[in-house]
Amino acid sequence: MVPTTKLRVLVAKPGLDGHDRGVRVIARGFRDAGYEVIYTGVHQTPEQIVSTAIQEDVDLVGLSCLSGAHLFLFGEVVRQLREKGAGDITVVGGGIIPDEDIPKLKEAGIKQVFLPGTSLDEIMKWTEENVTPAGMREESMQ
Amino acid sequence: MTVDLVDRILAGDVRSAARLMRGIEDSDPVAFDTLEKLYPHTGHAYIVGVTGAPGGGKSTLVDALIGAFRRRDMTVGVVAIDPTSPLTGGAILGDRVRMQEHCADSGVFIRSVATRGWLGGLARAAMGIIHVLDAMGKDVVLVETVGIGQQEVDITHLAGTSIFVLTPDSGDAIQMMKAGILEVADIFVINKADQEGALRVKTDLQAMLNMNGSTPDELKPPIVLTEAVNGSGVEALAMEILKHREFLASHGGLQKRERERARLELAEAIESALRDYISSSVDKASQEELVEDLVRRRISPRAAASEVISHLPRP
Repeated sequence: MVPTTKLRVLVAKPGLDGHDRGVRVIARGFRDAGYEVIYTGVHQTPEQIVSTAIQEDVDLVGLSCLSGAHLFLFGEVVRQLREKGAGDITVVGGGIIPDEDIPKLKEAGIKQVFLPGTSLDEIMKWTEENVTPAGMREESMQ
Repeated sequence: MTVDLVDRILAGDVRSAARLMRGIEDSDPVAFDTLEKLYPHTGHAYIVGVTGAPGGGKSTLVDALIGAFRRRDMTVGVVAIDPTSPLTGGAILGDRVRMQEHCADSGVFIRSVATRGWLGGLARAAMGIIHVLDAMGKDVVLVETVGIGQQEVDITHLAGTSIFVLTPDSGDAIQMMKAGILEVADIFVINKADQEGALRVKTDLQAMLNMNGSTPDELKPPIVLTEAVNGSGVEALAMEILKHREFLASHGGLQKRERERARLELAEAIESALRDYISSSVDKASQEELVEDLVRRRISPRAAASEVISHLPRP
């Protein structure tokens, strides 16, 4: 069997907002880019998202939030990932996010923020340039 | 270095286990070495297969079953398989949408797996991933296959107990009489049993099962009505699973199935090693010449294959 690495992505909606149209389009985009996408639906707690990200060994977590609670929820996901020794997993976010919150999110460890109107191509290109699938190398374990 | 990884997995470390599962899916040689070292520590987990047509409620049922086993203080692993796109190689693994109840429970490990072109409702990596969950000490491993049709019976070779999930609109008596998965399932579930037609499906299924001659070392498959979404019937299903395991244990069936599983795994390992050996040994240029000869009808496929094989170096 020829070794192949494949990017694994978790797309999740933390919090109470139930609008998942956008996140489904994103999931579909990642699928069409040849990635394996774990989709977990709406109303996720940060605990659920972090536990899923680790069990599924994803390289990238994409969070979507349209309710305004992104500062708390996105930051909490990064904090808990780090707490569990999984701070190497890249976290990005998208949704209705005021410009002035973007630096705060990046400060909290959100690697990139995608605002409404971002094309799928842009997101896929960013992913390809910034995220690489984890291999079995020992140094990637800790 | 793989020894550390082995120890961490045996101690139940989730991150290490998850990373190893990834390596197995990616056919990483280091992962296979690690798996070798874990293999002697497997054999504890009871494997339960859950199969049936798409949309029948398999994921919801698995979620409910996790709860039933957790209430018995058993730890649970789940392997949830979804299809890979034949066009892009990508996949949307959505079984977890219905499995949110237990995802933050440390006694539960759920892993989504893409088929990556593997047929038969499983994935090539499935058995390796089951071994990892087993080595971590999980008491039960639930394997949810791709939503499948009638012929894909692979899971019944791996599982101790195979559950086939139907719904009240699963078709008439003729569908039930067809050969395939219906002949080999250990437990039948009619899910969404609140919908019209559940009892008719049960009657048809019962009639089909009554026509099968039963042997003393096989239990007649029970039919369980469930509404997985509200948990109705799930406790009864969990009891039937444990009852089936006890029955197998008392009739030598467990060892028989374990041998069958081992035999299948060996056959697949041999085939896979041979495929690798052949694809790395065959001279591509001379193979293209043979293809040309085939196209021009100068040689038959069988004769061409013999020609290629006769030139293979000794392994």
